[in-house]
Amino acid sequence: MQAFTQHSGIVVPLDRANVDTDLIIPKQFLKAVKKTGFGPNLFDQLRYLDEGQPGTDHSTRPINPDFVLNQEKYKAATILLARENFGCGSSREHAPWALLDFGFRAILAPSFADIFYNNCFKNGILPLVLPAEEIDMLFQGVESGEIAELTVDLDSQVVVVPTGKRLHFDIDPFRKTCLLKGLDDIGLTLEKKDLIKKYEETQKLVCPWLFEDQLA
Amino acid sequence: MSGKTLYDKLWDSHIVEQRDDGTALIYIDRHLLHEVTSPQAFEGLNLAGRKPWRTAANLATPDHNVPTIKDERVAGIKGIMDPLSRLQVEILDVNCREQGIVQFGMEDKRQGIVHVVGPEQGLTQPGMTIVCGDSHTSTHGALGALAQGIGTSEVEHVLSTQCLVQKKMKNMLIRVDGQLGAGVTAKDIVLHAIGVIGTAGGTGYTIEFGGEAVAALSIEGRMTLCNMAIEAGARAGLVAVDAKTIEYVKGRPLAPKGAMWEKAVKYWQTLVSDKDAHFDELVVINSADIEPQVTWGTSPEMVTGVCGRVPTMDMMDSASKRDSLRRALSYMGLNEGQSIQDIQLDRVFIGSCTNSRIEDLRAAAKVVKGKKVASSIKQALVVPGSGLVQQQAEQEGLDKIFLAAGFEWREPGCSMCLAMNADKLGEGEHCASTSNRNFEGRQGFGGRTHLVSPVMAAASAIAGHFVDIRAWN
Ligand code: SF4
Repeated sequence: MQAFTQHSGIVVPLDRANVDTDLIIPKQFLKAVKKTGFGPNLFDQLRYLDEGQPGTDHSTRPINPDFVLNQEKYKAATILLARENFGCGSSREHAPWALLDFGFRAILAPSFADIFYNNCFKNGILPLVLPAEEIDMLFQGVESGEIAELTVDLDSQVVVVPTGKRLHFDIDPFRKTCLLKGLDDIGLTLEKKDLIKKYEETQKLVCPWLFEDQLA
Repeated sequence: MSGKTLYDKLWDSHIVEQRDDGTALIYIDRHLLHEVTSPQAFEGLNLAGRKPWRTAANLATPDHNVPTIKDERVAGIKGIMDPLSRLQVEILDVNCREQGIVQFGMEDKRQGIVHVVGPEQGLTQPGMTIVCGDSHTSTHGALGALAQGIGTSEVEHVLSTQCLVQKKMKNMLIRVDGQLGAGVTAKDIVLHAIGVIGTAGGTGYTIEFGGEAVAALSIEGRMTLCNMAIEAGARAGLVAVDAKTIEYVKGRPLAPKGAMWEKAVKYWQTLVSDKDAHFDELVVINSADIEPQVTWGTSPEMVTGVCGRVPTMDMMDSASKRDSLRRALSYMGLNEGQSIQDIQLDRVFIGSCTNSRIEDLRAAAKVVKGKKVASSIKQALVVPGSGLVQQQAEQEGLDKIFLAAGFEWREPGCSMCLAMNADKLGEGEHCASTSNRNFEGRQGFGGRTHLVSPVMAAASAIAGHFVDIRAWN
């Protein structure tokens, strides 16, 4: 996984609550068997006027000029400013894969859906929770043109706004370390091999029916 | 010290290592796999040169992509017409064979929607931790198991280590007091509850459903409840173990047998929240307040009773809520204040992991028996949740009842719940659906989904628009 330490980039405002993962990446693109290549279909239903199909040339499709990501100034955005409950619905990790493939490294919202939030960390994307008033302030700043770029510093847990404001955010220490170092968390867990085996041995005595392994 | 909730008990009994930072390494008893969220996990496993930690803890079945038309099913994987769908089902097949994981493949009578198959086989048992790369894994909580949806990276993590790193959630109890009225079902309870707490109301919680009305539900009804816990934002839903739970598991192919069974039952009987357990949040719902529910918008919280109306702008108390309402109305092609019963339907879908079990099909068949689907309905589909549900329904003659009424009777799978196969809505079409998500485009590009119970879907197919099942004869 790509590490995340500090990131500066263009911020795009997606002013819509309860954005679900079906909207982030529609089902027809879930037929892929790789983790890459989802970028052109990120927000497919919002970005294009027709229905997208996998394997077609998306550069020739009719664009929805009203969708924010299609505006020239946001095309190179790497930070997404979002509303509450972002990423709700399906557990599909294709949603963070699509965001990453498009170029997003950080998402700022007042709240995230739980599974999506978790999936982001596994892919080097930082989902970052700020109080609703600060998110409102950022939306106003971006929409008025006052704010174009932001800097996110994970180590010191702040978002630096061009106006000079520094917004603090909280993050779970374990996730922070994994992200800062780009750690493979499977490798980390396997270091605890002996503990896992010990747990299994104890459980075999307490709940032996769980180890009958009828599925073998 | 106060007692423990059911969630506390399940959590505590699966801790491999508690860490100072609040996270814990949690042991996973059973892992279910399907074709959409597993290919990249197997790829990662192979690239890292790892093997499954405990092969026999995994069970796979293809469900999302499989065709539901009989002719397309007879040739097995090779018969799947869409090449991308075929590839995904093929890859699951190859991965399972390579890793020695048991798969109920397309030709297997036991194949079906993964969340219908698990409980049906007795793979889902009280007290277990169960995960699957699918958010509706919450379904299995109906049997007193801690069941959660995970992403593909975590699928790889569980395959490789049989564990997950998690932080404990908070406890919420949704208590449904009193008895449900006639025609009001588990689906209506959960839709109503989501209407009350909102789609983010359960974020950060495990929701236990309790109270008189929940105790009175069948296990299948409880599965419908827990299935939609995720639609309230909670990763897991739970119902305490009682005599019905134990009766349900008894004798299923993968259930413990003999002396093991006795031992298991003894343990399972302890899987209830203690009387003095502390819940961080309590939501009390009175059964008498629950009407048959219909969603009118593009989020499960956009829901009302069948006698209700689509809300109006002046009912919204914030700019963002007005904005959401405006967007939903425009997508759904509805007017503010419109009566729910005036919504004309184009298609009806009875199926999905929410409502495709035998009890659901029986209830719907009872409603349509001897009647005809309205001529204005383009398609009315019944898709059983598994091959065994299908078989049972056919033995009872339910297929004949549906076919005589003008429904199509299909092969098992996810089907029009998310339209990854050929079963979808056309642009602008309204569908009464027994599934769990009414998001934009969920059932097809531009499709308009209304979530309802099986009996409501059945009655609406006959009428061509929503009707109050309580006044139905
Ligand atoms: S039936 Fe629908 S919700 Fe259930 S597993 Fe299949 S696609 Fe997901």
